[in-house]
Amino acid sequence: MTTRITSGVKGGIGTSVLRPDGEPKVIGNFAYASDLSSENMLWGATLRSPHAHARLTKLDTAPALAMAGVRAVVTQDDVPGEPLFGQEEQDQPVLCDGTARYWGEPVAVVAAEDEETARRAAAAILVEWEPVAPVDDPDRAADEGSTFREMKIRRGDEAAMGSVVVEGFYETATQDQAPLGPEAGFAIPDGEGGLDLYLTSQWIHVDHRQIIACLDMEPDQIRCHPAGIGGAFGSREDISLHIHVAMLSLATGRPVKMVYDRSESFVGHVKRHPSRMWYRHEADDEGNLVKVTARLVFDGGAYAHTSRAVLANAAFFTVGAYRCDNVVVDAIAAKTNNPPCGAMRGFGAVQTCFGSEMQMDRLAEALDMDPLDIRRRNALAPGDPLATSGQIIEGSLPTLAVIDAVEAIPLPDPLDDDDPRLLPGGTGLTSPASSVVRGVGYAVGVKNLAFSEGFDDFAEARVVMTTAGVEVHTAAMEVGQGLVTVCQQIARTILGTDQVAVVWDDTSQIGSAGSTSASRQTQMTGGAVHAASVGLRDRIITEHEGDELREDGVYRNGDRVATIAEICANGPVEYHERFRHPETFEPDENGQGDVHAGLVVAAHRAVVDVDPELGLVRVIRVDTAQDVGKALNPQAITGQLEGGIMQGVGLAVMEQLVVDRGVIKNPTFTDYLIPTFVDAPDVETRIIEEGDHWGPFGAKGIGESPTISSTPAIVAAISNAIGKDLTRVPVLPEDIIGNAALEVAPLS
Amino acid sequence: MNVTITINGEERAFSVEGHESLLSALRTELGLAGTKDACEQGECGSCTVIFDGESVCSCLVMAADADGSTVTTVEGLAPDGVLHRVQEAMLAEGAVQCGFCTPGFVVAGSHLLETNPHPTEPEIREALSGNICRCTGYGAILRAFEIVTREGS
Repeated sequence: MTTRITSGVKGGIGTSVLRPDGEPKVIGNFAYASDLSSENMLWGATLRSPHAHARLTKLDTAPALAMAGVRAVVTQDDVPGEPLFGQEEQDQPVLCDGTARYWGEPVAVVAAEDEETARRAAAAILVEWEPVAPVDDPDRAADEGSTFREMKIRRGDEAAMGSVVVEGFYETATQDQAPLGPEAGFAIPDGEGGLDLYLTSQWIHVDHRQIIACLDMEPDQIRCHPAGIGGAFGSREDISLHIHVAMLSLATGRPVKMVYDRSESFVGHVKRHPSRMWYRHEADDEGNLVKVTARLVFDGGAYAHTSRAVLANAAFFTVGAYRCDNVVVDAIAAKTNNPPCGAMRGFGAVQTCFGSEMQMDRLAEALDMDPLDIRRRNALAPGDPLATSGQIIEGSLPTLAVIDAVEAIPLPDPLDDDDPRLLPGGTGLTSPASSVVRGVGYAVGVKNLAFSEGFDDFAEARVVMTTAGVEVHTAAMEVGQGLVTVCQQIARTILGTDQVAVVWDDTSQIGSAGSTSASRQTQMTGGAVHAASVGLRDRIITEHEGDELREDGVYRNGDRVATIAEICANGPVEYHERFRHPETFEPDENGQGDVHAGLVVAAHRAVVDVDPELGLVRVIRVDTAQDVGKALNPQAITGQLEGGIMQGVGLAVMEQLVVDRGVIKNPTFTDYLIPTFVDAPDVETRIIEEGDHWGPFGAKGIGESPTISSTPAIVAAISNAIGKDLTRVPVLPEDIIGNAALEVAPLS
Repeated sequence: MNVTITINGEERAFSVEGHESLLSALRTELGLAGTKDACEQGECGSCTVIFDGESVCSCLVMAADADGSTVTTVEGLAPDGVLHRVQEAMLAEGAVQCGFCTPGFVVAGSHLLETNPHPTEPEIREALSGNICRCTGYGAILRAFEIVTREGS
């Protein structure tokens, strides 16, 4: 049935309506998971491995249990059900199973009357270790067959050759999502042997599945509730303290709260995979891509988490938003004793976008072409096969439009000021304007929308008409991105009323909404809300033999035939929807097939000022043109674009987790640098609307795009400023001053 | 030990642990959870309060040292449900996403306007550079403060 957009709604789609949780957040009474508390509550704390790889030779909890105020100590021996958990592959013990496989792996958890006692008790547990040499080199791990996934892509003619060839070796560092809200969990016994859990999460149903398996409990005994989330960016897609806090509550029969401090948070969640990427691009004399060959090694760390899916994404976007008929990719997710990696905004596409966009610039240089011209010449469009999987692109993909739009944004004025606040190095007064050079760089990025490779991806929503207004029920996690507003806007638009409230259901009340990741919730939960709203509207209209639903009732030929009270005479009227995107399929042994449900594209242009003598960079502008399908909330889109770009700025010039033999050396905000207000470039945005083939009103998810091509655009700008190829991110002063080009690895 | 602190205009006498920070005392002893705990190292500004007229990270102030002081938290900026103009502007400009940094920005920003009613853009950036926001990229926050600054002139 076609969707009629009802007029007269103020907060419908296309408007920058205010978010309903905004006011509680500005006045400080929005309840985040770490704010929850109750009478009689215990605190949990975690003992962690001080080694990246070691055998546990002694574990004696007696000293902790003997302390005043300690109520329980739980180890792996106490896990009642499945000893292992994991979203894709169950390979991680709930607590150390005799071998620690990464630095900071949880060994035991303690519940005590107060936080300080819990922490001291965890430290009082007697442990002895026999250290084992950690496997910290992903290439060595790959050579030894220690991998989570190895995949190959073979498309076209492996013997094809271009007349112009560029090769490069690229590296990206480990990036931390660093959401400001820490990992937190609050478990409350229900008095009947079960628990209510309030957990930081991106997907409570997949948490629930893992929790009940490890606790050996029935699904209805454990209820996971959506809690207030202080950002996520991928870090909450996998289990952290979830099973621990549940076990402590079951062991004590009391409410238990656990909150990680910042250093624990750095070890307590998965990170963006560090990568090593060798690339060879071949083109003809006109700049048409002839063949792309690549070898990708991603370090997945100690446990699987989502490494398999991250690697697939990286591999499928090896070539970026370009046509190419001959592609050879070998991709490996290595298993090491480094920090476990998984989802972070962009999910694999970030790494390969960096490599492939650096390659496109090198190719343009080799051909003496404009960097945008070579991108336009090869730009991927609907109807083209994706270079890697060969899937014919359906829906919209305005690659050329985003390139044109970002180029058309006026460039900033030249630097003509010695105000140190506007110069590289800032108020350190290090760089006079006369020693600063400016550079401009471009990049284009493409990514899949929602889950791929044949995953049964769906989202449930229930829309309910009551006399007090409409309720949208969902278990989709609002992590700050504004899904709550989009759900309201969609329901308002379809149902013709501004009175729409989003109600967060727990796992016992509604089916899964899927993960708040993969840029998917606007389309998936938004799609479910759209379909449920249409279903509800049509059910009500049919029931009352009308032709229109308005704020005050059902109308027929312009006359009201039923009031809202009459519609709800027998109680609230509801419609439940399980929404699925177009079916996807597993790739064949050559990586071929219809693996994706849809694609989104963006272009970025960065302008930087560089002091080449000191290697200092100031990113002054990052402009973007973003494919959005249909803009449901322009202000929220701008917020996603600006915020996503800043995480791209971070990876480009400062963010890197330093890992030495498996040990994180900088797990604090003092040493892991995140862009602040004075590091933040100005951002100009252009929104490109070309409706997609699915998703509410043709909208696409845009959460990840801004983080994908912003990083290579900045690196290209630095390269442009200093006239030197750059091959790793973040770009540090030594890369700018020294010889940045890494030695090209030999062909394997 | 016992301390007496004037918090949001109200004198509060309560007991704190020797090792406890003002942040911890606010959140756990007084139930003022609007002040957020994100790093406990004075790096992120989520726990910003006005302490005897200065904008400080409450995680870096020992609760015992706050005895006799005057403290304003985010809860004190909209006492009767009337939003502070910084809160209004942040809401209107979409400067709130996950919101975990928001109380810190609201408090630091209100203090900035007290001490410098018409800050320039570099002054806004500098004054709020101790507050990390991981969601917004600061653009909407800057627009919110530019509006407040214009209104005040």
